[in-house]
Amino acid sequence: MTPSELKIDTSSEGVLLVSLAGDWTLQSAIPAAEGVLKGASAQKRRLAFETGKLAQWDSGLLIFLANLFASCRRDGVTVDQSGLPDGVRKLMALASPENQRSGVSHGSARQPFLARVADKTFAVLGGVREVLAFLGEVTVAFGRMLRGKADFRRLDLELTIQETGAQALGIVTLISLLVGVILAFVAAIQLKLFGAQIYVADVVGIGIVRVMGAVMTGVIMSGRTGAAFAAQLGTMQVNEEIDALQTLGFSPVEFLVLPRMLALMLMMPLLCIYSDLMGVLGGMIVGVGLLDLGFLEYVNETRKALNLTHFLVGLFHCFVFGILVAVAGCLRGIQCDRSASAVGYAATSAVVTAIVCIVVATAIITLSCQVLGI
Amino acid sequence: MSESADRSSRGKEAVIEVRGLEMSYGSFVLMRDLTFTIGRGDIFIIMGGSGCGKSTLLKHLVGLKRPAKGEILYDRVSYWDAEPEEQDSLKRRFGILFQSGALWSSMTLAENVAMPIEQYTSLPPGQIRELVSYKLSLVGLGGFEDFYPSEISGGMKKRAGLARAMALDPDLLFFDEPSAGLDPISARLLDDLIIELSESLGTTVVVVTHELASIFAIGNNSVFLDPDVKTMIASGDPKRLLKESQDPKVINFLTRGEGARQK
Repeated sequence: MTPSELKIDTSSEGVLLVSLAGDWTLQSAIPAAEGVLKGASAQKRRLAFETGKLAQWDSGLLIFLANLFASCRRDGVTVDQSGLPDGVRKLMALASPENQRSGVSHGSARQPFLARVADKTFAVLGGVREVLAFLGEVTVAFGRMLRGKADFRRLDLELTIQETGAQALGIVTLISLLVGVILAFVAAIQLKLFGAQIYVADVVGIGIVRVMGAVMTGVIMSGRTGAAFAAQLGTMQVNEEIDALQTLGFSPVEFLVLPRMLALMLMMPLLCIYSDLMGVLGGMIVGVGLLDLGFLEYVNETRKALNLTHFLVGLFHCFVFGILVAVAGCLRGIQCDRSASAVGYAATSAVVTAIVCIVVATAIITLSCQVLGI
Repeated sequence: MSESADRSSRGKEAVIEVRGLEMSYGSFVLMRDLTFTIGRGDIFIIMGGSGCGKSTLLKHLVGLKRPAKGEILYDRVSYWDAEPEEQDSLKRRFGILFQSGALWSSMTLAENVAMPIEQYTSLPPGQIRELVSYKLSLVGLGGFEDFYPSEISGGMKKRAGLARAMALDPDLLFFDEPSAGLDPISARLLDDLIIELSESLGTTVVVVTHELASIFAIGNNSVFLDPDVKTMIASGDPKRLLKESQDPKVINFLTRGEGARQK
């Protein structure tokens, strides 16, 4: 490979003759195009080329020339391309500014501060309106379902029930059991100091049944099912499947959202009961296995601590979470744009929305129970 | 320009009338002042370069997007002013083939085709099954009833989509880029099918395409959208537009840019 060579000949009248020799490729060290015009005096109004000794060339040469031509245009120097190889001339013509599509303006001008604030405000308001419209549609769809008028396939409902119910048992078992174990350990550390290990059963029982079982089920389901809903509906949006439903007169909310919401509203409380059981079992493993409590002793203490109110409060939590997870998943799916990355975004955003809503709802319900003395 | 549209559909009853339609995404106006008529039995082509709003116009014509301005009349009934029940009965007349087929992925081909039939008719299940098999065999997919969309090729998906679009014997068929992604022979067969449907059933067909071969083979009326001036710049029979149009953009498009070089 021969190194690239640049010679600038200023001997002839009014003409700057640029001689290129050697290899002008991306791998070779190509001189800066700006340097070419710098040396020339103001009288040189024309640029010509001599390329007899030019060996190999590729895009490296073309970029050099494009930069050179740009500075010539700026300084009002005319360019005579006749000395360039044929291929180079054609490629330069293709990439010339005259050949570009006109009217390209994409996010060019930076908007003033107030305009950006206004844009953001309207975007947020628009988002809120979308959420409200969606909730309205869901409510109307429920009304139609209660009157027996909603269109959806029973098979879809049954499949979703299977997916959100039975198939979620494994992960709910694991997480709830471990949360029970963790709660028992945390409680034991303090209670052991007073020789009151038996109250571990109370702490675990009330903690799990009243709140933690429901919250853990909600979080698991938002990651597992909420994300799946958003991805399913988002992909249907990308494939125009939702358009196809609409043009045939099916309401996407009735047809797609309703079965998913129903399934979660039915399954979440059931999963919650199961999660409660597993959590208490986890506590019992620690109590019986490590704290030397008797099995019957532990069961009796748990039964003494719990009452129906705790249990119903837990179920109510989970029922609300079911609605929240389904709404978040379906809403983000329906709002999804028409691209693959948008589907990923919809799934992520569904999980984030659902978990934030779950935590806020837990706070509200807990506070309300406190105030109402439940 | 509107004069030529009137001429090409003269003697035919107007099925779709578009008056002063403006299409926009938010505050961004895509096209304005679209006015044209689609006659009964026409094969109407919506043409124009990539990204000029052809598919968006189709979405307006099938009631998926609400016009920013102007109105769209079907047999003199304005879709967006109609009551929901009337909108449903209008939709029942539409058959739409989406770009990628848009088959519902959780259902088999038979279930896909059966959906609109179950929705709008009260036929017994046995008869629906027969009808579905017949529609699938019309597009050459007899025997594929129990396949899921993920198990068949792109061209087959498109044909299955066509079977679903024809399920209710619609009198308005809409095609979004029917030949995109098909080999030349399948594309030609689809063109023949479109002509046959239009001739034998009197179906009015609206096609979004930029395949020149298709445009001249099937089209007898058209509208040409230009993104630079944001409106339509020609309409009428594409074969006549090729001969008579004075607009260099239209000539350029219809001759793959060769006409302009000759002129």
